[in-house]
Amino acid sequence: MKENPISFQSKLKPEDFLPATNEEKESLVVMRESVSFWKDGMRRLVKNKVAMVSLAVIILVMIFSFIVPMFYPYSYETQIKGANNLRPMQYSEQELQAIASGEKVFPHILGTDKMGRDYAIRVMMGSRISLLVGLIATAIILVIGSIYGSIAAFFGGWVDIIMMRIVDIIYTIPDVLLIVLLSFALNAPLEKLVNVPGFGWIKTVGTNLISIFVVFALLYWVGMARMVRSQILTLKESEYVTAAKALGAGNARIIKKHLLTNCIGTLIVTTTLQIPSSIFTESYLSFLGLGVAKPLPSLGSLASEAINGLNTYPYLLFIPALLISLIILSFNLFGDGLRDAFDPKLKH
Amino acid sequence: MAKYVVKRIAMAIVTIWAVATLTFFLMNMVPGGPFLSEKAVSPQAMAALEAKYGLDKPLSEQYVTYMTDALHGDFGDSLKQRGRTVMSIIQTKFPVSAKVGGMSILVAFCVGVPLGCVAALNRGKFLDNLISVIATCGIAVPSFVVCTVLMYFLGVNLKLLPTFGLTSWKHYVMPVMALSFYPMAYIMRLMRSSMLDVLGQDYMRTARAKGLGQFKILFKHALRNAILPVITYLGPLTAYTLVGSFIVEKIFTIPGLGGEFVGSITSRDYTVIMGTTIFLAALMVVMNVIVDILYKIVDPRIKLN
Repeated sequence: MKENPISFQSKLKPEDFLPATNEEKESLVVMRESVSFWKDGMRRLVKNKVAMVSLAVIILVMIFSFIVPMFYPYSYETQIKGANNLRPMQYSEQELQAIASGEKVFPHILGTDKMGRDYAIRVMMGSRISLLVGLIATAIILVIGSIYGSIAAFFGGWVDIIMMRIVDIIYTIPDVLLIVLLSFALNAPLEKLVNVPGFGWIKTVGTNLISIFVVFALLYWVGMARMVRSQILTLKESEYVTAAKALGAGNARIIKKHLLTNCIGTLIVTTTLQIPSSIFTESYLSFLGLGVAKPLPSLGSLASEAINGLNTYPYLLFIPALLISLIILSFNLFGDGLRDAFDPKLKH
Repeated sequence: MAKYVVKRIAMAIVTIWAVATLTFFLMNMVPGGPFLSEKAVSPQAMAALEAKYGLDKPLSEQYVTYMTDALHGDFGDSLKQRGRTVMSIIQTKFPVSAKVGGMSILVAFCVGVPLGCVAALNRGKFLDNLISVIATCGIAVPSFVVCTVLMYFLGVNLKLLPTFGLTSWKHYVMPVMALSFYPMAYIMRLMRSSMLDVLGQDYMRTARAKGLGQFKILFKHALRNAILPVITYLGPLTAYTLVGSFIVEKIFTIPGLGGEFVGSITSRDYTVIMGTTIFLAALMVVMNVIVDILYKIVDPRIKLN
């Protein structure tokens, strides 16, 4: 049969009308596995190179400050006799004699400080303290801020007005000034507490550090509270909250199970971005001499101690200074990456 | 508007009062009293001293006296610097800090705003990336790191600039640089994002459509609107420079209020600590209020609540 060149007729054969095989059926299924909130966010996060590099740096610093010191032959507080102010990789005379007599001496990779303490381990301990302060302070902020913000938003009305006025006032109180004041005022009661059995740990940590935590608990949660409140204000109008109410769920349960879990993206992002600012504040205070107690080092106090010998031993200053900048920078960048991945609305 | 101003001022007063009250009670929590560090004082002399400074009265009465005196600008006498009142210390030291601080705010503003604009106008190009990297680093590096690095390279190694004191213009260069580094980076970021926001607005297209020149569009329409967020930042910025000056003044041994504050901490000069705290807190709060009110005047689109 001659075919018309512009015909729209399809050329069908009898076998086209057979039932489809199983393979053909499968190839037509378009449903993919559903992508959860976490998977979606993680996929975006993994694609973000800057964030992944910062995460790698953070993990490296964590290994360096939490795991390496366990295997390190020196301790951060032992003063090695005759090993004052050694340059990096230098040995003291005693150590040279020991090497000559066949003993193995671990090198001082970053030298020693003027008290003869191995500097590499002090830097490691310092970054451990700085990281711990950042993490603990942030945890305090997270708990107080999210509970306060969600209560204010959930109940609304005059509860909200009063609670947010308090936040406004706290927001304008200059923080560093209060930290200084509190570290004074808390010093004596805390020192008394040291003698009470079970509170001896306060002495190793230092009373100043405790007052820093108190101040964080008193002042720094306001930013978090504002953020959580604004999220929950919109979330509490959702249908599932009405449904939960209709099912007879109590207020605490609704806040805990429905509202806070639904703003978890914001919570994670704000928390991650809070860590560097806590570390920042701690290093600042330690630099002023208001941070951890001696002989415990923190990156800020290490830098502060190194200033006097700046002419002769500049590396004593540059190492902690560089490390603290690196930690803050990578937490900031990682937080930015998390925000882009989990909470794109927050970007501007 | 009037209602907003009144409300804002009322809240500022409450904040200052809260700081002052907190300061007073914290001061009294510090044990030992101010005269314990003196050489052995006889009980009679102690009582006389306490009577002189009104320390024998009940706490509530002391509180009222302290507050009235503070309202009159009298924060008491320094405990360590004999014969000087806290107020006279503030009067001599504050102008020095204000000069360094003011200059660094000016530098941060004058450098940050243009660079932010340049970054926004060259979005995605090399210049934008370069400025963004500088801004990100600037926010991550603590001021004491900037100070010490500057001091080492410019002061100690190259011997270009003096490392302490404040007698010639050369002395100002490093402290001002160190103090303006963070706010500059912050302003750059702020300016870049707000400029990008403004450039996408409808009125920019209108301005271009009616044939205005590049210069006029940029300065009259874009810049004036984009600079508003930067203005709101000026309030917190003052607070930052005041607090940041603690470290900068300590490192460069500048005879300013920040150095005095740190010095009074190490020498446990309680009245000076308290007085300067209240003074600085009041200053920060007042600056914030002024900036907030100015902002509403400059930008009529902002809703008054």
